Amino acid sequence: MAKTLFDKIWDKHVVQKIEEGPSVLYIDKHFIHEVTSPQAFNGIEKRGLKVFRPQQVVATADHNVPTLNQHLPIKDELSRLQVEQLIENCKKHNIELYGLGHPFQGIVHVIGPELGITQPGMTIVCGDSHTSTHGAFGAIAFGIGTSEVEMVFASQCVLQTKPKLMRINIEGELPNSVVSKDIILYIISKITSSGATGYFVEYAGAAIRSLSMEARMTICNMSIEMGARGGMIAPDDTTFAYIKGRQFAPGEKQWEQKLNEWKQLYSDVDSVFDIEININASEIEPMITYGTNPGLGIAINGLIPVTDTIPDEGERKNIIKALQYMGLESGKPLLGMPVQHVFIGSCTNSRIEDLRLVAALVKGRQKNKNVQVMIVPGSQQVAKQVHAEGLDKIFIEAGFEIRQAGCSACLGMNEDKIPAGEYCISTSNRNFEGRQGAGARTLLASPLTAAAAAITGVVTDIRELI
Amino acid sequence: MTPLKKINSRFVPLPMENVDTDQIIPARFLKATTRDGFGKNLFRDWRYENNDDTKPKKDFVLNKSDYSGEVLIAGKNFGCGSSREHAAWALQDYGFKAVVSSFFADIFKNNALNNGVLPVKVSDDFLVKLFALGNEATISIDIDKQTITIDATGAQEIFDINVYKKTCLLNGYDDIDYLINNRQAIEAFERIP
Repeated sequence: MAKTLFDKIWDKHVVQKIEEGPSVLYIDKHFIHEVTSPQAFNGIEKRGLKVFRPQQVVATADHNVPTLNQHLPIKDELSRLQVEQLIENCKKHNIELYGLGHPFQGIVHVIGPELGITQPGMTIVCGDSHTSTHGAFGAIAFGIGTSEVEMVFASQCVLQTKPKLMRINIEGELPNSVVSKDIILYIISKITSSGATGYFVEYAGAAIRSLSMEARMTICNMSIEMGARGGMIAPDDTTFAYIKGRQFAPGEKQWEQKLNEWKQLYSDVDSVFDIEININASEIEPMITYGTNPGLGIAINGLIPVTDTIPDEGERKNIIKALQYMGLESGKPLLGMPVQHVFIGSCTNSRIEDLRLVAALVKGRQKNKNVQVMIVPGSQQVAKQVHAEGLDKIFIEAGFEIRQAGCSACLGMNEDKIPAGEYCISTSNRNFEGRQGAGARTLLASPLTAAAAAITGVVTDIRELI
Repeated sequence: MTPLKKINSRFVPLPMENVDTDQIIPARFLKATTRDGFGKNLFRDWRYENNDDTKPKKDFVLNKSDYSGEVLIAGKNFGCGSSREHAAWALQDYGFKAVVSSFFADIFKNNALNNGVLPVKVSDDFLVKLFALGNEATISIDIDKQTITIDATGAQEIFDINVYKKTCLLNGYDDIDYLINNRQAIEAFERIP
C-alpha cells in the first residue's frame, strides 16, 4: 500500500496502540533545555525513577542565557538557578550537556542539526514548540509539554494521537530576493495561524527541493505558527550531503546502510493526504507581518488590510486589537515606516547561511543611526564560523552588535528585550504581544529584509536596495 | 492527579481569539523550577498596568469582581504558540478546572489534559450562546456523559474526548503511570532490529 513519508516513520515507531486512545510512540532523540525540563526531572525523582535512556537525551542551555559576557556568572538569580539546575540534573542522570562555555552550546534547534544528531527517519521531541525545525531532515519532530518530557524521561515514549496529514506543494521558481522565511510567512498568511491545527505538514515541490538544508529548517521551524503539530521534508541528496561528516553523523562503516534506509523516506506516488495545498513560488514576494500573530503578514509593498471590510467579526476584532497594540493603521503601507531595532537571530534564522546573506548585503554599508542592530549567532559553532569567514568585521564596520549564542531577544525571557512601544524587525518566529518584551512591537521578516531596514532605518523593499 | 468528574460553576468570559501562551503566562515568569504559584501571573500583561501587580487593569475580566468560577470561556484557537506547560499550570493554579472554546491549539490541549484541566471544544454557535450569558449564569460539565449544559436554559452540547483520556480524568490516572507499567513492551520494542 502506498505510504506517506510521515506514515513510514510513524509506523516504525509505534510500540502499541491503545484502544480508542493514543499510540505509544518510541522516541529516538530527546533534546532538553533549562526552562521546560526541571519539573520533569522533579517528577521522575518523586517517583523514584532514573532517566530510562539517558544516552538518547541531549541537553543545552539557550533560553535563559545572556548573550554578552557568557564567561561571567548569570546576573539574574532565577535564570542562573535554572541553568545550574540543568547542570545538576544532567550530572545526576548521566545526560550529555552542552552548557555555557561548551563549544557545542547553542539554540537547541540549531545544534541538533549542525552536530549531525538530527537524522532522517528519526522521531525527535523537545519541550519546545519549534522542535518542528528538525523535520527538515525527514524526521517526525514535534514540541511537547513538560509532563511529556517526564514521560520520555521515564519510558523513552510519549502517548500521541496520530495527526491528520497535510501536504503543501510549492512548485515553480522563487523570484529574486525571496528567501525561505518569505515562503513560510506567505504560507502562514494564507493558511492563518490556526489553519494547520491537528495536522502534520509535509512540504514538497520543486521550490522546496531547490532549498538548502538551512533554508528548509526555517520553513519547518515555523510550522507550529499555523498550528501544525510539525512539518517535514523528504530527505534527498542535499540532506545527505549536509549530514555527512558531521560530529555525530553515521561513520564511514554505517554510512552506506544508513543512506539506503534514508533513501526510502519519501511519500509514495499514490499516497493520500487529508488536505493538499498548492502554491506557486513565483507569486511569493518578500513578506513582513503587521499584527500580533504570525498569520497577519503581507507582501512588503502591500497594504495593511482595511478592517471595515473584514467580514468575519472575530477576525475583524482580532485585527483591530492587533493594530491598536502595534500602533498601526488599517489600510496603510508599512514601507517607509521607521524602526528602532533589528534583531537577527533565533532558531528560525541564526544559522551561518542567514548571517552570510546579511553580510553580503551590508558589506561596505553602514547601519542607520536611529537603529540598534543585534546579530545573535544560533550556536558557538555558528559564531566560530562567522569569525573564520570574517563576517564579524563586516558587521562591526556596519555598526551592528554581534552577541554570543542563545535565544536572545526572540522571547523576552533573558536580558535581551525590546523596550515598550518600540518597533523591531525581527527574524524570529513570533510577533505575539509582549513576545520580545512587555509592550514591544515585532515585525517578522527574513534576514534580508531585516538587514535592509538596518541600513535604511525604515521598512524597506530589499529589491530596491540591490 | 485528582480525579475530575463533574463541574458546576459560574464562568469567566474571555471573548478573544488566538489567545497565545505568551499571554497566558509571559516568558519572564518561566524561571521557576517547580509547578506551583503560576496563577498569580496568569494573563499578567493583560491583567496589570506596567507589570505592576498593585495596579490591576479595571477592564480585564479577571479583575472584575462580578465574574468568577472554575470555567474559563475563550474565543477560538485558545493556547496557540509556545509549548510551555506553565500555561496549563497557571490556569490550574488560578482555580480553573475547564477551558471552553470552539478551537484549541494541539500542544496546549495535551498539556491541559495532562494536568487535569479539561479543554471543552464546543460549536461556534454554542460559544456565542455562552458569551451571551449574564454573569450569574452557571454551567455544568459532565465528563462521563461528555456534556456541557447551560443550567438556566438547558441548552446542551456533547463534546469529544477519547476513551483513554476520559478514563484517566475520571480516575485521576496519568500517562506516566501507564507508560511505566508498559516498560516491558517498550524494552521488547527496542530489541527489534
